[in-house]
Amino acid sequence: MDENVQLMKGNEALAESALRAGMQAYFGYPITPQSEVLEYLMKHGPKRGAVVLQAESELAAINMVYGASGAGARVMISSSSPGISLMQEGISYMASAELPYLIVNVQRGGPGLGTIQASQGDYFQATKGGGHGDYRLLVLAPSSVQEMADFVFDGFALAEKYRMGVMILADGALGQMMERISWNSTRTLPSVEKPWATVGKPQSRERNIITSLFIQPEKMEEVNLRLQKKYRELQGEVRFESIETDDADVVLVAFGLSARICQKTLELAREQGIRVGLLRPITLYPFPSEILGKLARTAESFVVVEMNAGQMVEDVERAVRGKKPVYFTGRMGGMVPSPEEVLEKVEQVMSENTTEETFTR
Amino acid sequence: MPFPISQNGFELVYRKPPTLTDVPMHYCPGCAHGVVHRAMMEVVDEMGIQDKTVGVAPVGCSVFAYNYMNVDMQEAAHGRATAVATGIKRVLPDRFVFTYQGDGDLAAIGTGETIHTVNRGENILIVFINNGVYGMTGGQMAPTTLLGMKTTTSPFGRDAATMGYPLKITDLVAQLPGAAFVTRHAAHTPNAVRKLKKAIRTAFEIQRNPKGTCFIEVVSNCPSGWKMTPEESNKWMEENMFPQFPLGDLKIPKERQN
Repeated sequence: MDENVQLMKGNEALAESALRAGMQAYFGYPITPQSEVLEYLMKHGPKRGAVVLQAESELAAINMVYGASGAGARVMISSSSPGISLMQEGISYMASAELPYLIVNVQRGGPGLGTIQASQGDYFQATKGGGHGDYRLLVLAPSSVQEMADFVFDGFALAEKYRMGVMILADGALGQMMERISWNSTRTLPSVEKPWATVGKPQSRERNIITSLFIQPEKMEEVNLRLQKKYRELQGEVRFESIETDDADVVLVAFGLSARICQKTLELAREQGIRVGLLRPITLYPFPSEILGKLARTAESFVVVEMNAGQMVEDVERAVRGKKPVYFTGRMGGMVPSPEEVLEKVEQVMSENTTEETFTR
Repeated sequence: MPFPISQNGFELVYRKPPTLTDVPMHYCPGCAHGVVHRAMMEVVDEMGIQDKTVGVAPVGCSVFAYNYMNVDMQEAAHGRATAVATGIKRVLPDRFVFTYQGDGDLAAIGTGETIHTVNRGENILIVFINNGVYGMTGGQMAPTTLLGMKTTTSPFGRDAATMGYPLKITDLVAQLPGAAFVTRHAAHTPNAVRKLKKAIRTAFEIQRNPKGTCFIEVVSNCPSGWKMTPEESNKWMEENMFPQFPLGDLKIPKERQN
């Protein structure tokens, strides 16, 4: 038996991967459907050298991340939708203070307390800012347990490279389902020099200050310009998966769990001779606009499939710039569209018998 | 460090410690913040721990504490200083970590963080400046505002029936097993400052051999917020604040008890 191949829950694979990636501290608070991350790390983290702390609230937890990241540690935090809303304060502060950390949102249905079932309703919150002020997170969207684990390494590396927050935007299904995962036992993540960290001021340097307060507007604008420059540089980190889009008449656009559903739709469609392709954004911010712009030249139309009321569809429309029609279909509140439902939408689109936005239900 | 003798024979008996930066402070005349900053930084200097000290500034008048304290500092969100300090201390357990917070920060918006940080017995020092008002935002009612005390948001005096009572958070945290050393001081006379400095020293020493959270309340004035001269404010503090917030130790570690 290959010890590098395991059957694991998405949440547990993510937690295990964090320990393998040299995570030094994790702060969390229980919330379904991601509590296994905290449970796994409480059990396995301390003996493998990681600080693992169950905080009194998500608000406290995110501010512990601020402190630990500012002190130079490789830090992760995870939660699910309502908990991520509570964390927006710290997320905004850390954007301004330029602190690197990895944050995981195992989304559930909302708004409000909502439901504990899988959803993609936090796309806007994740990709457009979420808290106050002009800032972004780099957002990675896994669509398998393997990617739940792999993106932890990528996430830490990107966070430290750009000194910013990176979010893994998963959902309750990816967190809870078990799949085969293959570990690359040789993969490590070297530690990065952090001369800005507050670790105690030696005689040889000025004191380090971690702050998000820049009271003079000229200085605050300067900080904003630096942040925007950094976000523009992220264009080089765009990632997507393109499946059978070359000859596609209809291109499905979906991320995460929706993309897996669409993959089945694609198979069903191709069996019937309908030329369907799939474009799966992996980075939701930066968004893969360029490839969508190119596909707008060859495809007849786009169908965006999300487990929400239509959020990413706005970014697809921006990328396509009105060159081709963009349709949306999705389900909300913890409900998951079936491949057949999506295929039905594709057929309607091809027969020009649909409005732009429908819910498959 | 021995004080140098200048060439003209005068002896230097008072100096700014290198742990304070050489810039004018923004605090109002008569405010205690500068005095408490100095007492803390003198202790850091005397203990020789500047290179091992990390502080956390609050939101409030002392939001710019990091402009004056010449140690590595983090500026926390309003009320979250002890959560930030927890994050620092957990990943750097051998550093001396402190927070510096006012009453609104520590005892209103940050009550949850304060209680739970002490309850976990985080090995940090919390310095709590209690002057009964929100100073930076213009003198609004704080959790520690006395009954009957007029502020911009209690213009007819704090009324218990609709505004509740002054929160004695120091008494609350003293009940928690995680608290190692809980004491209440002032900084309005040389004698009070000497006692305060001794308490700060004790609290930093405890971090060498961690026993739990150290919590020092400094009952303070706010001449601008109280609309008084510095002298009047100190007198008012003695007559009105001290009876509600009596000075003295609330909890001391066993081995330090006489």
